[in-house]
Amino acid sequence: MSAESSPSLSWNLGHDIGRLFEYHFMINALLAGSAAAVLAAAAGWMMVLRHETFAGHTLAVMSFPGAAAAALAGVPAAVGYLAFCSSGALAIARLPRGGGWREESAGTGAVQALALALGFLFVSLYGGVLGDLESLLFGDVLGVSDGQVLELAVLAALTLAVLAAIGRPLLFASVDPVVAASRGVPVARLSSGFLLLLGLAVAATSQVTGPLLVLALLVMPAASAQALSARPLVSLALSIAIGLLVVWVSLAASYYSVYPPGFFIGAVAFAGWLLARGTAALRGRRRRPALAARLTGSPPGAPA
Amino acid sequence: MFAQEFMRNALLAGTFVALACGVCGWFVVLRGQVFAGDALSHVAFPGALAAAVAGIDQRIGLFAATVLAGAAIGLAGRGVLARGKGANAGGGGTVAAPADDATIGVIFTFILALGLFLLTRFSLGSGGSSGIEAARTLFGSIFGLGAGEARLAALVGIGVTALALAIARPLLFASVAPDVAAARGVPTRLLGIGFLALLGVVAAEAGQALGALLLLGLLTAPAAAAQRVVRSPGASLALAAALAVAATWSGLALAYAIPSLPPSSAVVMIAVAVYLLTLVRR
Repeated sequence: MSAESSPSLSWNLGHDIGRLFEYHFMINALLAGSAAAVLAAAAGWMMVLRHETFAGHTLAVMSFPGAAAAALAGVPAAVGYLAFCSSGALAIARLPRGGGWREESAGTGAVQALALALGFLFVSLYGGVLGDLESLLFGDVLGVSDGQVLELAVLAALTLAVLAAIGRPLLFASVDPVVAASRGVPVARLSSGFLLLLGLAVAATSQVTGPLLVLALLVMPAASAQALSARPLVSLALSIAIGLLVVWVSLAASYYSVYPPGFFIGAVAFAGWLLARGTAALRGRRRRPALAARLTGSPPGAPA
Repeated sequence: MFAQEFMRNALLAGTFVALACGVCGWFVVLRGQVFAGDALSHVAFPGALAAAVAGIDQRIGLFAATVLAGAAIGLAGRGVLARGKGANAGGGGTVAAPADDATIGVIFTFILALGLFLLTRFSLGSGGSSGIEAARTLFGSIFGLGAGEARLAALVGIGVTALALAIARPLLFASVAPDVAAARGVPTRLLGIGFLALLGVVAAEAGQALGALLLLGLLTAPAAAAQRVVRSPGASLALAAALAVAATWSGLALAYAIPSLPPSSAVVMIAVAVYLLTLVRR
């Protein structure tokens, strides 16, 4: 089966790359993948900086109850995704912050557990088989339609525009909330706004990678870029570049093999992350503190 | 209700796994490691698949994967985050955030991608029930446990609880004041890695007996509720364990009464509802 279903590589690289664009589904996959990569890398960059990876993962999980509820209600899955992602973001934003990260992570975990429980309940109420479990969990980028590509592109442009608009105050509020608040930056409103934006980004990305592998595009390019550069704009650009590269390489690799794109996205991005961490270690620089320390103006090892 | 064999098995396994989840979860919440616990519950799925591909018992793969991943997260991490405790309300300072949430995300996403690879391999090899396998690992079926499985789950639950209680004192010290504990000669790093490995055992057992879904709810919600209500460590640890067991019992009874309600959903929803109540009353 493997021999006939996947085209084989020739020695001519240009020819092989050209063959990637022979099929319409492949062009759609590349377009959708690129839009998702840019979106995820930009939103993920801010997410990694704000230490909200767990929130990002929890929002990704929301697509399971979202899809199940949509099936139960008979509406398109995308509607369910978006509804659950945004209500999940609002729920996480309303969690008590009194105990710092400890309290926040416990609350986020509870939100996620509740979402999964609801999703499971909806599936069993629905009774039928909920699509193909594998594509529900890991996405189906090779089956993206023209409409979905357009949808993704619009969503990506919208999210990027909002992110660009609130980027500066958000960055300020992320690295030094106390000083930002005293300067009149609406810290609390910005952080709920960002979670909503993250929910949108996650919903869009999960249509390509599936909810379980959203983090591959959200965290890995951003974490790699922040290990490589301590300058905000440089590392943001680097994060987007890595995200795009990962998606293109993965789609090409999966075109010429039997394994699904999700696996390659995870593996290629992981290799990139290892490489970035190795480079950073060789340069004798700590990875995340570098950016945070630069922004707050204190040396990496200094007690806060 | 107790006349049914499957119900007795579910109660036996559920009680002791819930006990282990309540006790371990109390430390998980205290140490701010909910994300790590969640990651371990997801790792169970590739582990089971790897074992299926290799043709060995699923349980070996499950336990190996979760325990190894737990140790890896412990090794990669730079220690507990409690040192920046007490961030001011409002934004939550960057100090209080964990050092390695992105690292956990990277590691477990990579393991999930491997799981997808294995899933493909598995379905290419023996074309078939891989999806059903995956569903069972993710959601478990506590009403479908055999007597032997239930007894094993109960034994593992008791063992994990006993181990966690045995290291409770130094672990509490190392979680609340890591620097002081280290200065007093407590092996904080070793304790941290050991605790995550123990959590891996819980994840594997709860994952295959009850489903990964149940694990996160029982790990987080009772402990978070208990820590909001009671301040004394001993009392709140006991309350967390009691809440976890109570949620399991009432959830199982509710699911028995309402057939269309999946048992793991019922248990988790009750546990989270209790946590939400503690948020409201303050």
